[in-house]
Amino acid sequence: MTQETDPQEVEEIKRGNFLQFLSFTLGEEEYGVDILSVQEIRSWEPVSRIPNVPSYEKGVVNLRGAIVPIIDLRERFNLAHSEYTNLTVVVVLQTTLKGRSRTMGVVVDSVSDVNDIDADSIQNAPDFGTKVSTEFISGLALVDERMLILLDVKKLLKLDGADDAGEDDDES
Amino acid sequence: MSIDMAQFHQVFFEESFEGLDIMESGLLNLDMGDVDSEVINTIFRAAHSIKGGSGTFGFSAVSNYTHVMETLLDEMRDGRRQVTQSAVDVLLGSVDCLREMLSAIQDENEIDEVSVAEHKKALEIELNGKQENSQVVDVDIPEQAANEITAIPNDSSESGWKISFCPHADLLKTGNDPVRMFRELSELGDLEVIVDLQGVPPLFDLDPEECHLSWTLILKGDVPREEIDDIFDWVEDECDLSIQVLNPLEESISIQQPEPSSVVDQAIPVASLATENPVNSEPKKGIPVVAKPAKSEEKKAKAAASTSIRVDTGKIDTLINMVGELVITQSMLSLVGEDFTSDKIDQLKNGLVQLERHTRELQESVMNIRMLPISFVFSRFPRLVHDLSSKLDKKIELKLVGEHTEVDKTVVELISDPLVHLVRNSLDHGIEMPADRIAAGKPEMGTITLEAYHRGGNIVIEVKDDGKGLNKDFLRTKAIEKGLLDPDTVLTDKQCYELIFMAGFSTAEKLTDVSGRGVGMDVVRRNIQSLGGNIEITSNLGFGSTISINLPLTLAILDGQSIAVGDETFIVPLGSIIESIKISDKMVNRVAGKGETFRLRDEYLPIVRMHHVFNVESAKATKLTEGLLVVVDGQGVRCGLFVDDLLGQQQVVIKSLEANYRRVEGVSSATILGDGSVALILDIPGLVRLSNQ
Repeated sequence: MTQETDPQEVEEIKRGNFLQFLSFTLGEEEYGVDILSVQEIRSWEPVSRIPNVPSYEKGVVNLRGAIVPIIDLRERFNLAHSEYTNLTVVVVLQTTLKGRSRTMGVVVDSVSDVNDIDADSIQNAPDFGTKVSTEFISGLALVDERMLILLDVKKLLKLDGADDAGEDDDES
Repeated sequence: MSIDMAQFHQVFFEESFEGLDIMESGLLNLDMGDVDSEVINTIFRAAHSIKGGSGTFGFSAVSNYTHVMETLLDEMRDGRRQVTQSAVDVLLGSVDCLREMLSAIQDENEIDEVSVAEHKKALEIELNGKQENSQVVDVDIPEQAANEITAIPNDSSESGWKISFCPHADLLKTGNDPVRMFRELSELGDLEVIVDLQGVPPLFDLDPEECHLSWTLILKGDVPREEIDDIFDWVEDECDLSIQVLNPLEESISIQQPEPSSVVDQAIPVASLATENPVNSEPKKGIPVVAKPAKSEEKKAKAAASTSIRVDTGKIDTLINMVGELVITQSMLSLVGEDFTSDKIDQLKNGLVQLERHTRELQESVMNIRMLPISFVFSRFPRLVHDLSSKLDKKIELKLVGEHTEVDKTVVELISDPLVHLVRNSLDHGIEMPADRIAAGKPEMGTITLEAYHRGGNIVIEVKDDGKGLNKDFLRTKAIEKGLLDPDTVLTDKQCYELIFMAGFSTAEKLTDVSGRGVGMDVVRRNIQSLGGNIEITSNLGFGSTISINLPLTLAILDGQSIAVGDETFIVPLGSIIESIKISDKMVNRVAGKGETFRLRDEYLPIVRMHHVFNVESAKATKLTEGLLVVVDGQGVRCGLFVDDLLGQQQVVIKSLEANYRRVEGVSSATILGDGSVALILDIPGLVRLSNQ
């Protein structure tokens, strides 16, 4: 690296480090997921219940011929449950786990924005103790003086038992 | 211009395997007495296109090999050569060998050069005939090697070493590898390796971790003795080693004159050495085959699953027509909808009727694409029967009936192993030895019939033999002997026959490598049940037995009965429903105050309350008299499902729950109902397990 840096070059490097996150709210909190893992955003519609699963696993819906599970993120994160309204939104996430593509919908209060976040400014999530689970959190970022909690989509989809029974499954 | 040839490889492999199948079936159909030249032509053409294709893609091993086959076939075609049984057998062996070579290339494994060399040799012997023994050497040896041999006299002035190396059996266990040593030697000078196979025990006694080979190495060139000693330094204690100065005269004799006839020289399967191997000078029939059977089995298993499918163009044309019709209907409907007035209601109705018809036809033709003729499975049997019957010294004719019956691709893939097992059983246990058959007043030639046909929404595959049939009493005695059956049990004929499906049941007096271990039939039955089918046996002592397999046509669509529990809908596979009944309190009994059972005719069956098992809070019927009891049978487990109501029968498309979610106990898969919502398809045995918890 030379001392004299081309401003344009700096700009490019910076842009390369920027990641885009879709932000959404759950109560007072604001969360973000990598925009590349978001397949679509839908409004809430009734699901077909699955028997004998944790209550946050709301059920499955027909997404253009594929059976896709829907989970309630509020319940998943042990937040107070809120009634579903016309404004309730389902964010359909897609990722690849063990070479297989997985799709899942998560119920959130509302979708707010797409934010560019500098990868370098993402902080590690502090250990909150036992109360709040940090297992799904990949980091924290500051956007316009607000804190955005960034979620690790792979972990979110995996711990949901998206794997075949037996591995990470907590069938109790 | 560079084209990535790799993209065409898959097509080449598919075509070649197809070609090999054609060759195989052609060879098996050849009638020694009256040879049909068209059959030979077909075989020749298949061989020719494999040769051409492999040449194009640079698989020279395959094309060289096929070339020899082709020469033989060409002579047969021109009538210059008689078609003999031995030639056919050699050609069949070559087909196997080619298949192995191709799958090795496909899986990017190394080709088993030893077995290829064996087969090639056998072909050449057949080709050149015995009177032309001396020529074989020239054909057999790769060109470089041939040059080397002719070059020997000129080199005679050069110095060299003759090393005789006889390792002890446990040489390999100390981590020493002769191949590596030879490679080092070959770096010192011109190395020739002659291997002595005399010490190799029969295949069954062979311990692959022991070394039974010994070698004579001829190293030419000005090599100091110390360097050779260094290489053998580590193994000195584990072998008999003699290193002599090479006597040029003696050496050339040893090459040019055949070794004592019991010694068979062989190419060593190492690429770097292959060209330097002097190949045996005297061709011998009955060379012990030292191919690695375990390895080749493995390869076969690997190549089995294929994800692409070949579809008849006619089917695709129909599909395209159908889509065209659908588009026309759609545009007509949108025209009607644009400014809709009540007088257009008839047009709308007409349009909807058309739409319904087209979607149904479209669905049918899409399903049709997945349908393959059962001949894909049957085609392998002529060979199997041919090989096994000669192995068992039985005379057997195989009849194939209804090969064009179409079944779903998944069924085709999964049914072939169970069928192989059944045919082997018929061959080994069913059909008697020729002498016994004559004594029993039957024709010497036994017949096995493989038949496929449609019955209702199912396909039936039958394996029929005219052998000795099943002996009920014998089966019964055997089962009691093995502790599988209580001596006091009374069995119907059918139940007797079904004993052979029990795990651990075998009637074979001794084990053969064909069958008789008592594992298998239970696996066969389990496989067929997992496909949603069932298997039945009928038998007539002394006249043969018939095993019939009943399978659903497709695994993608299921006939279902929708049931309601509260506001939820579930699908029960129609095939597993026995009947649905209204129940009265009198019929219900409690076991230990909890488990509810009811009496259906003479049987007590457990009641599974759907709303309990699946925690449906909205269930309307909580008293048994309020709802309905659906009596179901899932893989032998019978119970009564207590539900609110029956909704209707319909065909449902099976969708996987596991693709995006996970396996759910009591549920086999899901489907999408007419209103777009998802309904779960019940898994009866799973439900019973769940309710017992």
